[in-house]
Amino acid sequence: MHWTGLALSIGMAVAAGLVGCFAVMRRMTLASDAMSHVALPGIGLALVFHFQPALGGLAALLAGTLLVWGLERQTRISTETVIGVVFSLALAVGSMLATGEELVDALLGAPGTLGRLELALGLAGAAAVVAFVLTQRNRLVLVLVSGDIARTSGIGVGRLELLYLTAFALTVALGLRYLGVLLMGSLVIIPAATAKHLARSLDGMFAISVGVAVASTLAGEILASRLHRATGPVIIAIAAAIFLASLFVRRRS
Amino acid sequence: MENALEVEGLSVRLGTNEVLRALSFSVPAGSALAVIGPNGAGKTVLFRALIGALPHGGVVRWAPRTRIGYVPQKLDIERDLPVTGRDFLRAKAAVSGASGSEAARALELVNLPPGAADQPIGAFSGGQFQRLLLAAALMGGPTVLLFDEPTAGVDEPGEERLYEMIHRVQEAERLTLLLISHELSVVYRYATNVLCLSRDHPCFGPPEEILTPERIEQVYGTPLKYHHH
Repeated sequence: MHWTGLALSIGMAVAAGLVGCFAVMRRMTLASDAMSHVALPGIGLALVFHFQPALGGLAALLAGTLLVWGLERQTRISTETVIGVVFSLALAVGSMLATGEELVDALLGAPGTLGRLELALGLAGAAAVVAFVLTQRNRLVLVLVSGDIARTSGIGVGRLELLYLTAFALTVALGLRYLGVLLMGSLVIIPAATAKHLARSLDGMFAISVGVAVASTLAGEILASRLHRATGPVIIAIAAAIFLASLFVRRRS
Repeated sequence: MENALEVEGLSVRLGTNEVLRALSFSVPAGSALAVIGPNGAGKTVLFRALIGALPHGGVVRWAPRTRIGYVPQKLDIERDLPVTGRDFLRAKAAVSGASGSEAARALELVNLPPGAADQPIGAFSGGQFQRLLLAAALMGGPTVLLFDEPTAGVDEPGEERLYEMIHRVQEAERLTLLLISHELSVVYRYATNVLCLSRDHPCFGPPEEILTPERIEQVYGTPLKYHHH
C-alpha cells in the first residue's frame, strides 16, 4: 500500500475514534449508524450524473445532518422513529439509483487509486474533525452532562450540536471509500463503545478509542490484501473482535 | 436594594398547555428566593425560562454582568460514563474562564474530598453528585445561583447538611440565590422571599406571609406539616 493511502486511512480512523466517543456517550449509537446510510442516494446521484461519488455522499450526509438537527429541536416528533423511516428510505432510493458492481462498492467500500485532490481534501477533512473534537471537548462535555449548565455557562448549545453532527457527517464521508455506506457507521461506534467499556476518564476513552480504530484499520488493510477480500468488512470484523474481547476484561473500580 | 432579577408578565406554553401565566416578581441582589408549589406547577419550567432555555412571553431582566451558576435537578447520567468529576470540573473551568486553582477551592467549599473527584460521575452518590454540581456552578465567579431541588436523591441527614452548606456558600460568596424546594421548614429558615406557583393561587412575599397553614393548604390542596425552628 502506498504511503498516501496509509496516511488517509490513519487520519480517517483517528477522526472516527474521536467523534465516536461523544456519539456513544450521547446514546446516539443507532441513530448515527442509520445516519451513515443517507450517503447512498448522494453516491447514486453522483454515479448517474458522473461526478465524484464521495462528494455526492458528503452532500447527502450534510443534508441528513441538517434534517437530524432540525428534528432534534422539535420535541413533538420522536426523532428515533423519523430517523428510522427517513434513512431506510435513503437506503432504498440509493439502491435504486446505483446498481450492480457500483452498488456493492458504495455499500461495502472499494479502495482504488487516490487522486491528489482527493488525498488533500481527505487529510484536511480528517484534520478538521480531530481539531474540532480536541478544541471543543470541554464544551461537548458540559452539553453531555447538562444542556442547561452548558447554556448558563455561555455555550450556544444548538450551534455546537450542529457542528458536532457536521463533524460526524464529515467523518462518515471520509470513510466511504474504504468502508462504504453500511460499515462506516460501525468504525465510528465500535472503537468508542470498546473505549467506553474500558476507560475510567475522558482522556483514557479518547486514547483507547483512537487506538482501536487505527489498529483495526491498519490490520484490516493488511489482512484484506493477503486474503484478497474487500477491506471494509475485514476492518469491521477486527474492530468487533476487539470489542468482544474487551467485554472479558473487568474494569478496575 | 438593587434587583438581581426582574420578571414581568412571564408566561410559558408547552404545546397547548399554558404552564406559567402572567408571572411577575423581582429578586433583590444578595437575597434568597424560594420557589415552592405542587408537582407540575411549573417550577423547573420557570427556571428554564429564566435561563433562556425555553421560549416565553413577558420580560426576564437580569442585572447587567450577571453570571449564572445553575444546579439542575437530578440528572439522568449513565453509571458507566467514563467522565470523571475532574473532567467535568475542568470542562466547566475552561468554558467559564476560571483558573485551575478554582476547582480545588470549589471542591473545598462544598466539602468534597479531592480524591472523590477522580471517580467517574456515574459512580457518585446522590449527595456527592449534588455537591459536584454545586462546585461546578460556583466556578467562574457567578453572581446568581439557581438551585433546582438540591436534595432530590439525598438521604435525610444529608439534606440538612446540604441546605446548611448552600446557605453558608451563599453568605460567603454574597450570591443571589434562587431555590426550588419542597422543604418548607428550610424555606422558612433561609428564604428572603417565597414564590409559590399554583394554577389558581400563585403568590409572592416574605415567608411569614406566604407560609401560613391556610395558604399552604390552598396551594398544595392538602394540609402540609412543617415545623418552625
